[in-house]
Amino acid sequence: MATNHDPDLPAPHDEHRRNFLKQSSLLTALALVPSAVVEAAESKLDERVAEAIEKIPLSLKINGKKHKLKVEPRTTLLDLLREDLHLTGTKKGCDYGQCGACTVHVDGLRVNSCLSFAVMHDGQEITTIEGLASGDDLHPMQEAFVKHDGFQCGYCTPGQIMSAVACVREGHAGSEAEIREYMSGNICRCGAYANIVAAIQDVKSGGKKV
Amino acid sequence: MNDFSYTQAASAKEATGIIKEKPQAAYIAGGTTLLDMMKANLLEPPQLVDLNQLPFKGIEQTSDGLRIGAIERMSTVGEHPLVVQQFPAVSQALLLAASPQLRNMASIGGNILQRTRCGYFRDAAFPCNKRVPGSGCPAIAGDHHNLAILGVSDSCIATAYPGDLSVALAAFDAVLTLENQKGKQRRVPITEFYLLPGKTPQRENVLESGELIVAVTIPGAAHARRSTYLKVRERSSYAYALASAAVGLDVQNGTIRTARVALGGVGAQPWRSREAEKVLTGAPATEATFLAAAAAALQGAQPLEHNRFKVELAQNTLVRALQQVA
Repeated sequence: MATNHDPDLPAPHDEHRRNFLKQSSLLTALALVPSAVVEAAESKLDERVAEAIEKIPLSLKINGKKHKLKVEPRTTLLDLLREDLHLTGTKKGCDYGQCGACTVHVDGLRVNSCLSFAVMHDGQEITTIEGLASGDDLHPMQEAFVKHDGFQCGYCTPGQIMSAVACVREGHAGSEAEIREYMSGNICRCGAYANIVAAIQDVKSGGKKV
Repeated sequence: MNDFSYTQAASAKEATGIIKEKPQAAYIAGGTTLLDMMKANLLEPPQLVDLNQLPFKGIEQTSDGLRIGAIERMSTVGEHPLVVQQFPAVSQALLLAASPQLRNMASIGGNILQRTRCGYFRDAAFPCNKRVPGSGCPAIAGDHHNLAILGVSDSCIATAYPGDLSVALAAFDAVLTLENQKGKQRRVPITEFYLLPGKTPQRENVLESGELIVAVTIPGAAHARRSTYLKVRERSSYAYALASAAVGLDVQNGTIRTARVALGGVGAQPWRSREAEKVLTGAPATEATFLAAAAAALQGAQPLEHNRFKVELAQNTLVRALQQVA
């Protein structure tokens, strides 16, 4: 590590080096210990290595709250939300932009947070499923999903609801066919589609502000 | 995913300068194709150059046609009134592609440069002449049910461009504006932008190292205003085309004055069919003419066992699209 160190970056802290060495010898000693313990020790090692990678400052407004962060360039917006900020309402399904479980709004537009690097959103406003309700009052789309039983296992539901809110706001909820087309980026393996469409139609015709 | 450094380019000069210094670095706009491939370890760029601050924006009428900035998003362009009015097929190609979320992210330049969905290309465990030149093509003896039947070679049978937009752009004579590392711009018709696989399937287009797509310009025409994009898929939405057709006709008193035809999902590149256009031009706008045009378009097809169905499917897709605009 030391030989590859970028001269423009501050030298790794001595204490980190000591911890690294301590952990290395610990790992050797643990070679015959059950794998779960070794995995735990290795994950701490990963954290140490991660500290040596350059992080980039990032300002985001998430669900109305300002965040000043430092992130690795390869952190996706989804991983930042879930792993760093513990906003685990946004789900990781396929992680390849094919299922829609990770849908959030960026400056009002629905996107797949798994296919976007967090550093590319500096200064932008993110809304996740946690930011939809006002206190204890559910958003009309959340209420409609409950009323119409728009889910079974619930894993795709945060993405479905974020996408459904955008679908109505965009003006793409004019008919059942249009809703189905404009919700096609959100897959539901339980097959709750009929009830999801009903929930969206209910919100669209209900006249409440979405 | 590999670690990389990240730079937001303030100008085209800065962006191309980085690639000149570090040819393995990659541009990023919407990122939907790039992240996909980086997560699969198919690409491991040491640096990403973010193009989103470049002034490649706007959708405006010019003397050459409608000029669309390369950084504009698919959803913005697909719903823009000037695109909808002047080029219905282009609007439809954009809005039938991907999902609403991806269309909000993906840029026009990135869409034009999207990579094949061939499963062997996307799995590093397999050989692939496009990914590792000279390693072989397992698709020829393997699963090729959604690969190309036109313009293919012994080295590669991928639909190198699997999308929709460039099919419509090829039909309506769109021209790309490119900018190289010296800041010099050149204009390349999209029909001359993509390269057939031949013996070098790793070379997919005429872009030089570091060259940027600045804009795409589509000339207005009567056949472009009377146009459509028909897409046939394995499910009714959010899937790549098995076959698609971008067509435009200028019909007067039952006779076709000018015609434009391009096919998607069947070619090694977006497949402009001048053979079909030749049959259509000057002929009566009837089903018999359309059937003859479809036969001409697929005459050079080289199907294999699993994609033989595409010959008839593409012909029927083309006939139906022509009937819709006639």
